[in-house]
Amino acid sequence: MVVKPLTKNIDMSRPPLDISAYENNDGYQSIKAIAGGLSPADVLQIVKDSGLKGRGGAGFPTGLKWSFVPQGDNSPSQKYFVVNGDEMEPGTFKDRLLMEGDPHLLIEGIIIGAYTIQANTAYIFLRGEYKVSERMLKKAISEAYTKGYLGKNIQGTGFNLDIIVHTSAGRYICGEETALLNALEGKRANPRAKPPFPQVSGLWGKPTIVNNVETVCNLPGIITYGVNWYHSLTKGNDHGTKLFGISGKIKRPGCWELPLGIPIRELLEDYGGGMRDGLGLRAFLPGGGSTDFMLPEHLDIKLDYDEIAKVGSRLATGTMILLDDQTCPVGMVGNLMKFFAHESCGFCTPCRDGLPWVDEIFNEFESGRGTEKDLGILHEHVDYLGPGRTFCALAPGATAPLGSGLKYFSEDFKKHIKEKRCPYEH
Amino acid sequence: MSNIIASTAKRARKLTEVEVEEIEHEMELYPDKQAVGLEALKIVQKHQGWVSDESMLAISKYLDISIGDLEGVATFFNLVYRRPVGRNVILFCNSVSCWIMGCKTMRTHINNKLGIDFGETTQDGDFTFLPVPCLGDCDRAPVMMVGDDLHRNLTKDGIDQIITSYKAKD
Repeated sequence: MVVKPLTKNIDMSRPPLDISAYENNDGYQSIKAIAGGLSPADVLQIVKDSGLKGRGGAGFPTGLKWSFVPQGDNSPSQKYFVVNGDEMEPGTFKDRLLMEGDPHLLIEGIIIGAYTIQANTAYIFLRGEYKVSERMLKKAISEAYTKGYLGKNIQGTGFNLDIIVHTSAGRYICGEETALLNALEGKRANPRAKPPFPQVSGLWGKPTIVNNVETVCNLPGIITYGVNWYHSLTKGNDHGTKLFGISGKIKRPGCWELPLGIPIRELLEDYGGGMRDGLGLRAFLPGGGSTDFMLPEHLDIKLDYDEIAKVGSRLATGTMILLDDQTCPVGMVGNLMKFFAHESCGFCTPCRDGLPWVDEIFNEFESGRGTEKDLGILHEHVDYLGPGRTFCALAPGATAPLGSGLKYFSEDFKKHIKEKRCPYEH
Repeated sequence: MSNIIASTAKRARKLTEVEVEEIEHEMELYPDKQAVGLEALKIVQKHQGWVSDESMLAISKYLDISIGDLEGVATFFNLVYRRPVGRNVILFCNSVSCWIMGCKTMRTHINNKLGIDFGETTQDGDFTFLPVPCLGDCDRAPVMMVGDDLHRNLTKDGIDQIITSYKAKD
């Protein structure tokens, strides 16, 4: 039985499988199954039953998202399927692995998604810096055209699909799906107001689905091996496997495909090999830079969307960033704030003005000029930049490490004020 | 004077044949001209090294996008250079994982070695040094790109070798 559907073909010591080798390992079987008589409604039902949740960060059920796309004779005939490959969440390095390691898996997933919502054009919105991914994807797409998996009347289904690789030019906000759509349209990538949701009015006003790379890579397995198989993969409440990554001062940093629901401790100790000698784990961000800090006392919690939400954080991208006990927590939060301040699109005031202010205060702390008053301003910003206060989720994302950092590292902030320097700088 | 005002006082340059050909190719992939704006900026930058006011005007004219809209896009993206850059652009990741793994020391090392900090270009025009948000290779931090190449697990010695190898190429 296949237990690692996302990475079974990936071996980074060699180039990715070409289309024939990929086909020989159950590749494109899902497209053959569709050609064998699965209707778009059938596929939608299978994906709904699978329980697949979006792997880009929000964890929204994929089948439900797709079901909002209007279908039937009265719906716009032009629809779009867009893959979000703009991986820029700090500490996140999973989509790169999938695109560089097995580009055909993503293409197969795109065909499934586009067929389900009946989109004849798909865009892969790729991070401009991902040069190797771009090369691998373009090569694989051209192979897929040659073998009749893309283009007109795919495998005799009567369904047509073109995939276009769009390379971006570096802005975190493009990961927000409506900002991404504006960027694809050649506009400044400010997020759009919702509603209307992209599923109804997205790219050039047409019904559009935007899914993360890893989400799409889950689809071939679900269709090829079935819902029961998919449900058998997990060790928790959420279904399937997930790419989990670890960075920071651990013995073996890396990225692994593992069942959802394994304890965090297993990931850090069995796969990561534990902290480097002489270092202790102080805290960690479980799923990228816009998640709340968690503590060593949380290590027995399962890597599962709901379980992590219970302790006030988010599984999000599943790529963890570890803070060790010799690295300054204030400096780490400050680094994240600098990132968010830089990547704010500048459209709404709290984010545009608030984040640079927060960043500036962290600079003060670092140079030993932080005050109690500054600390109060930071606390205020957790609220001022929080959910509901801003146009999109960028600033609320920044308040996750900020708010939890202020809570868990309050002694460190105070030490910076009292000692008028960073106590970790020797 | 801002770039926008300055550019209106200038004249569009003529796009080269190759540039036009590549822009035309992109136009087949999108339903309207505006969508090709960013692609056109990248195409021009690939051939000219950066995007000058004269290039901006040329693209604006060719794609029928207002110069204001195009400038809005050009200045929005980190990887569109509106000022000349060196032959090799160093994109240095200074996000959280690289920060934990000591990118600050590496930045200082590059600074000392090349005499430039973020936003600056060496006098001989070999290198421009820019910060970049998380490059998505965090298990091999610290990392940086030089041109299209990614360099991982940076050390001071490693950086010395990398710099020498690009100097040799020039």
